[in-house]
Amino acid sequence: MPDRIVLTVNGHALSVERGMSVAAAIMTAGAHCRTSVSGELRGPLCGMGICFECRATVNGVPHSRTCQMLCEQGMEVVSQ
Amino acid sequence: MSSSYDAVVIGAGIVGAACAHELAHEGLRVGIVERDIIGGGATAAGMGHVVVMDDSSAQIALTQYSQSLWNELADALPANVEYDRCGTLWIAADEEEMHEVRRKHALYTAAGVPTEILDAQALAEAEPSLRKPLAGALLVPSDAVLYPPCAAACLIAGAQQNRAELVQGKTVLSAHEGNARLSDGTVISAAFIIHATGAGATALLPDLPIKKRKGHLIITDRYPGFVRHQLVELGYLKSAHSVTSDSVAFNVQPRRTGQLLIGSSRQYGAEESQIDHSILASMLERAVEYLPGLGDLSGIRAWTGFRAATPDKLPLIGPTEDPTVYLATGHEGLGITTSLATARLLADSLLNRQPAIPIEPYLPARFAVETAHA
Amino acid sequence: MRERYDILVVGAGPAGIAAATRAAESGKRVGLVDDNFAPGGQIWRGAESASSDIAASWYARLAKARITKLQGWRIFSQPAPGVLRAERNGDYIDLGYDKLILATGARERFLPFPGWTLPNVLGAGGLQALVKSGLPIAGKRVVVAGSGPLLPAVAAYLRKHGARVAAICEQASFSRLAQFATSLVTHPDKLQQAAVYRWQTRGARYHTSCRPVAAHGQGELESVTLRKGSREWTVACDYLACGFHLVPNTELAELLGCAIASGNVKVDEWQATSIPGIYCAGEPTGIGGLELSLMEGEIAGYSASGQTAKAGVLHRKRDKLQKFADRLEATFALDPALRELPQSDTIVCRCEDVRFAAMAQSSSWRAAKLQTRCGMGPCQGRVCGPAAEFLFHWRAESIRPPVFPAPLSGLTEKAQLHTV
Repeated sequence: MPDRIVLTVNGHALSVERGMSVAAAIMTAGAHCRTSVSGELRGPLCGMGICFECRATVNGVPHSRTCQMLCEQGMEVVSQ
Repeated sequence: MSSSYDAVVIGAGIVGAACAHELAHEGLRVGIVERDIIGGGATAAGMGHVVVMDDSSAQIALTQYSQSLWNELADALPANVEYDRCGTLWIAADEEEMHEVRRKHALYTAAGVPTEILDAQALAEAEPSLRKPLAGALLVPSDAVLYPPCAAACLIAGAQQNRAELVQGKTVLSAHEGNARLSDGTVISAAFIIHATGAGATALLPDLPIKKRKGHLIITDRYPGFVRHQLVELGYLKSAHSVTSDSVAFNVQPRRTGQLLIGSSRQYGAEESQIDHSILASMLERAVEYLPGLGDLSGIRAWTGFRAATPDKLPLIGPTEDPTVYLATGHEGLGITTSLATARLLADSLLNRQPAIPIEPYLPARFAVETAHA
Repeated sequence: MRERYDILVVGAGPAGIAAATRAAESGKRVGLVDDNFAPGGQIWRGAESASSDIAASWYARLAKARITKLQGWRIFSQPAPGVLRAERNGDYIDLGYDKLILATGARERFLPFPGWTLPNVLGAGGLQALVKSGLPIAGKRVVVAGSGPLLPAVAAYLRKHGARVAAICEQASFSRLAQFATSLVTHPDKLQQAAVYRWQTRGARYHTSCRPVAAHGQGELESVTLRKGSREWTVACDYLACGFHLVPNTELAELLGCAIASGNVKVDEWQATSIPGIYCAGEPTGIGGLELSLMEGEIAGYSASGQTAKAGVLHRKRDKLQKFADRLEATFALDPALRELPQSDTIVCRCEDVRFAAMAQSSSWRAAKLQTRCGMGPCQGRVCGPAAEFLFHWRAESIRPPVFPAPLSGLTEKAQLHTV
């Protein structure tokens, strides 16, 4: 298995080391994960899957908890 | 709190709140006793729909009257009540159910409720998430959805602006012959005592023909636009109508938040508030039959509540044999819808006014109800 | 298809690893289910490769033991008595058990303050977890704030990976910490650990009686204002790692009906909860740190396997560790002045964006929930609940099922069940 994989975050390609979480990839790309109900940009908070601030749309599935997902080749991540 | 009022309302759920609001508006000195949180019972648990239902002509009259009252009030309601005129689609899965759609259309039209028949294509355009093929639907555009706990709080606040007084955290131990005795020993006297106690009404009035009817609900994360109207299957009425068996019926509601509220289930004799996973599963399976994409949506919270059911599906509104005791309870799944009309009819009854619709079908006397002392 | 175990252990942090290992060594058919990428929970995240001796030795035991490891599966419901259902990437699995050991660990306590919702403000353990999951931190300026032994540990870890830790801001007072340090004499290994952290974070001022006042930035964090006494100063930074110690993850235990006392799962000396057949070990029984979690895990593993003698031998060590845990809790108890952290428009519930002033109008958690919808988002109050309990002196009630959000199809009987 190659050590580096390529995924897209909001349409921009990002090359990351295998084993990186999607949340870490989003942060590395300088993107936010989601927009809150009152319009604030949000990123991960707890890093352990309980706060739900890291939710983003991954491969078309909204509300995916990105801190609990590993990056995969060709993954499409979109801030929600 | 005072020791004497013109009227004491027991229970600050949506019905009690509406009654307090109405009576205070009429100038009565109103006391409200709520043992827990405003709108914390079935009011919090239920779907919050404002819907015309036709299980009987008395039901269609009451729901339509009450809906028109909600419509008048809607623009004055605060934002947190989230009054949303999303309309209801009664869904016909096949041609047999389309007959029912046409029958309903005629009935609603005769009752003065505007509706529109949608064929299969119009339905698919109105609600793309529904499975195909379906036969069509009846659209009731005047139906609405709101957020009940804030509606109850708003009505209580309105009552308080008209000098009503609220006491919370105390239970009424007995209430008859003009006196309500509270759990802390206080006695409140009133010309009228109104029991708006919902599924718990038999605690104070054991002979009331009210049975608890448990329901399950589950709410999803935010998926704006997945569903635009309240969706109900035509079998819903059969489910609500049955007095004996457990049943589920498809009923999904879009909230202003973009979340989907999914119901419905009805069980008799189930007194525990725990989730019954097999009922929840059947309810969801039924919902997925109509909305195939629903299975992929994230469900975040499930809960139960207890409706107050009477043998004829109509509430108990009006006087009892004790001239000081009035009832405003037994609303089953239509508490939110019929709360305003209940309050109006109750006030009419108390104040000897001509009601806008006949009150006879809802009078407690139809069951020869005795107010046995609790 | 359903899997059946003599003993199912939920959570593969230290307590769960210890419990599963001892139960398997006792000859039981054991399943160990955990929702992370790898075992270790929070404290041993990424520790399968090296780290401390104690972790290494437990990982070695774990590797040798015959245990079915269900890694990456998230338990979300109890479809029937004696069965828990878990989900992973849209697959479901039903796990049947005779005995259950809950080792669901703890999470950070978050307290709201102006700007805390800015991207790049994370928990202390939160930032560490992100770095362990690949977030580059070398050369970044970090302020570590809040409370608890996690702060120096996180600061040391971040520094080791090239971060510039500008300050550590601990709300507990110097005298409390000094008292605690003195008491560590009976735990020389901890004293040494503290010294190591101190050395590792050299150059970063460790402020006591210190709290964050506000995080600032346009769209993302740029600086943090800290206060100590009457002095306030602002530190430019890329990340703020802020958490106020830990709270137990009791949600699954509560949903299963286990009795809770003072926010902890109630257990007897055998780690048995109030529900026959269900045991609980580690932080959910009371925040107590690594060694206590391991000890409770071992006791639970032995107890559930019927090895009461082996469990009994460990009681004294556990009681000693419990005393340490009690001192730890007392040391990092929250200063009442932290109730002044939020302003009236500070968001408290992040799922529903409910602000402090709106919540303050209610007299109970449940009333606030109904009126404002705080706690009704996907986290079901895991973040705002502990904050509300501290800010308003409320008792945040238990969550409703599912214990974590799950696809609705997973709650049906037609869910596609995975085979292991």
